[in-house]
Amino acid sequence: MTSNEPVDGPHRSTAPPPATTGEDGGPPEGSADVVIRTSALRKVYPKTDVAAVDGVDLRVCKGEIFGLLGPNGAGKTTTVGMLTTRVVPTSGSAHIGEIDVVAQPTLVKQVIAAVTQQNTLDRSLTVRENLYFHGLLFGIPRGRSRERADELLEQFQLSRWGDSSVYELSGGMAQRLLVARAIFHRPAVLFLDEPTTGLDPQSRLALWDVLDELIGAGQTILLTTHNMEEADHLCDRVAIIDHGRILALDSPAALKRSLGADAVVTVTTDGNPEELAERLRRDIEGVVRTRLVSGGVELQVKGADRLLPKVVRSAESGNFDLVDLSLSESTLETVFINLTGKELRD
Amino acid sequence: MAMSGASPADDPSAGTGAVGPPHPGGDDRTPLQGEVRPGRSAVASSRSALAGLIRRDLAVLRKNFGEFVGRTVMQPFLLVFVFLYVFPSIGQGIGSGGGTAGESAFATVLVPGVVSIAIMFQGIQSVAIQMSQEFGFTREIEDRVQAPCPIWLVAVARVLSGAAQGLISAVIVFPIAAVVHAPGVHPQFSVHWWVVVTLIPLSCVAMTSLGLLLGTTFEPRNIGVMFGFVVLPLVFLGGTYYQWTKLAPVEVGGFHWLQTLVLLNPLIYITEGMRAGFTDLSHLPLYVVYPVLLGFCVLFLGLGLRNFRRRVLS
Repeated sequence: MTSNEPVDGPHRSTAPPPATTGEDGGPPEGSADVVIRTSALRKVYPKTDVAAVDGVDLRVCKGEIFGLLGPNGAGKTTTVGMLTTRVVPTSGSAHIGEIDVVAQPTLVKQVIAAVTQQNTLDRSLTVRENLYFHGLLFGIPRGRSRERADELLEQFQLSRWGDSSVYELSGGMAQRLLVARAIFHRPAVLFLDEPTTGLDPQSRLALWDVLDELIGAGQTILLTTHNMEEADHLCDRVAIIDHGRILALDSPAALKRSLGADAVVTVTTDGNPEELAERLRRDIEGVVRTRLVSGGVELQVKGADRLLPKVVRSAESGNFDLVDLSLSESTLETVFINLTGKELRD
Repeated sequence: MAMSGASPADDPSAGTGAVGPPHPGGDDRTPLQGEVRPGRSAVASSRSALAGLIRRDLAVLRKNFGEFVGRTVMQPFLLVFVFLYVFPSIGQGIGSGGGTAGESAFATVLVPGVVSIAIMFQGIQSVAIQMSQEFGFTREIEDRVQAPCPIWLVAVARVLSGAAQGLISAVIVFPIAAVVHAPGVHPQFSVHWWVVVTLIPLSCVAMTSLGLLLGTTFEPRNIGVMFGFVVLPLVFLGGTYYQWTKLAPVEVGGFHWLQTLVLLNPLIYITEGMRAGFTDLSHLPLYVVYPVLLGFCVLFLGLGLRNFRRRVLS
């Protein structure tokens, strides 16, 4: 962990009260509407000596879409596992509303729903029955369960498949059904563990539409993802997590602002990237950071006015052959790289 | 490089209010978020969850009833067909030293054994194999344990619905076993109802508990090992084809080793109990059968639930 410690990282994770008041309308401290609250939550799996989750403090409010963003093995799934009663914390506490997750799992399960990474649909049942029996499981009367199953099929555009076996569903449809089933009993909080992993881009967009609709209706969601685009698109606030610790926690916009740069230029060259980096840093105004990437340089720049011509001029004046040049806005990935020194791969 | 330059602002599907301040609530749409306060007590929600789990299992049973009957009936049918029809018909009937009387005596021994096997296989098929798969590759268990009840209840629900299937199979198999035989072969039944109606349910629960233990112990890829090393020895050394009381002649130096060894087999208490229930043959005393079977039931259920919990929680 220490080697990856961000040099200039804000290190917000260790501050005792979690950074709950983001500039971008984060929830106020001590709000009565806190749905998820963890403090110093920690998990060390048996036979390992590394903590999978290492002192996580979270506070998620009603109606909020909260993202846990981090690479594989960062501790996202373990965190969700602890909140959904499947992983027993080694220490620390977790509450859903006022209910202690460890002490009263049966009560907690009434008010939460979880969509895990696997397809856990009941293979022996049809699409509609998967919904209907979920309703019975949560004590919803039979008639009401039938109605709600039909409503959800409609809402998730699965009506046509109501009587099909779940084997006939595509990956994207199965994922929609998993979400539909999860919200059947109107959970106070919906946990989505890597909801779009393994989906093709089209299905991913379709699922985002579904989630946008839920979000619009006020559903509180905690989602994990290693896709920064997803975190950026969906989340009100994002906790960047690595090695079981929260490295930064704020709204996506505030996280990006914290970079001090608003544009990222990537230059690929045949020549020596280090020399190019030095030259560009000297020639171009507003370079906040440079970073060597394979075969080139990445510049994080503030005030990106006519940036590309300037880069080309500077490189050419140093006799560098440019192989590729691209300009993009700062992303959460940039934030992540600056915090951990490594890339966040899909 | 790792990022393809697509920013959320370019995303055509954005703009539905995803990025923005926390939402004030349902406005005019149906609010989806529930109360953070649970609506019902743990006991009430557990009860309805248990009912839901069992209802689901029975719905699946109803859907696949033909298949259920097929797999339930096939093995007992083949057993009685070969032993009680084919063998006597071709003159190599077991017990044929005494003619049809001897063959009938063997039929009397075999039929209760066949019912016992049917019950046992229900435990293996409806609990062990399914649970092994649900843990192993379908991961259906992941969802079921999110039901608002203690996780052990999810396993108990499966044991109970498996036991119900065991009961049904006993009811289907007995008439078939009693009827399929060669001319002249007549098993002698004498039904002791109070034994039948108490022992069959107890046997069903004991065998589905065994199924729970096996299903939470063996990975799907090791199901073959389970059959080879657990199921077959149980069946062949479980008194299906012979009475326990007649095993005494198998001995070494005066030690009735087989008669002693098979006492470790839970199935022997079921087959002997069925003999007590359906016939007037000599059998293990019932004051041994009931407590030992109950003991096995508690043991299997206890170990099975412990395994289940370990596999679900980490």
